Amino acid sequence: MNEREQQLLLEIADDELILGWRDSEWTGIAPLLEEDVAFSSIAQNEIGHARALYELVARERGTTADELAFDRSPEEYRCAPIVELRLLDWEKTIARHYLYEQADAKRLERLKAFDDSEIAGLAAKIDREEIYHRMHAQMWHERLRAEPRYTAALEELRPLLEQRGEHTPELAELWEEMTIVRRSQPAGTTW
Amino acid sequence: MIYEVFRQERKGQPFQHAGSVEAADDGFADVYAREQYGRRGESTALWVVHRDAVIEIDDFVDELNRNYHRVDGYPLKQKLKEARERAGTAAPAGDR
Repeated sequence: MNEREQQLLLEIADDELILGWRDSEWTGIAPLLEEDVAFSSIAQNEIGHARALYELVARERGTTADELAFDRSPEEYRCAPIVELRLLDWEKTIARHYLYEQADAKRLERLKAFDDSEIAGLAAKIDREEIYHRMHAQMWHERLRAEPRYTAALEELRPLLEQRGEHTPELAELWEEMTIVRRSQPAGTTW
Repeated sequence: MIYEVFRQERKGQPFQHAGSVEAADDGFADVYAREQYGRRGESTALWVVHRDAVIEIDDFVDELNRNYHRVDGYPLKQKLKEARERAGTAAPAGDR
């Protein structure tokens, strides 16, 4: 696996980790109980995908998935700004979910065609779960597409998909929360 | 809208009631039912049905107490015993 491939996998892993974290903030407070379970499960899947991707890169670099996920500084993350935002409106959350799943589907298609069979295989595995995420996103999209608040959210968030490399201040705040327990322990602590 | 969900644990087995989901339409019901009752490999298939489509029957009139229509209403053992006594024969070994 060359450096470019590693960077690409890290990019995707960071997207999935941060989005999974943000989506999980709806656990317990989603608009209805069924949605709570469904959306929490999607969040959990995304973090699972992140772990699998980190593990691939970690093996190449002689490190661990945890170290890649939590021991880098916020500036080193390669996620797109759209996943970093703490969104407290459901229509914005769904707009992000829809935009992200669309972009993620295209990305996975490219990954599935890679020569590296481990990368292509993992992408295929991830994609099989993403089918349900896309179903879920599509469903909400159809339902909300005529709502001005939703279409405004789509317009607002769409540009943030592309601005990779720039970070919002919200990433640093999330990083503090995400790593506080890990940082409270001496290096080398095993859990 | 409320949907009733039935799940089949293994191929060939009967579907059994798993629970219900509330969803805005059939599409959401599909997604939610998968999440609640299918994503952990606990089902091979689901039936998702509008609650309104279920015909519920919960009154079983038996005014004249015709208990001989029921499985438990016709105790054969006692009748057999009496018949054997009348005939003067003993019960088969397995029945003793």
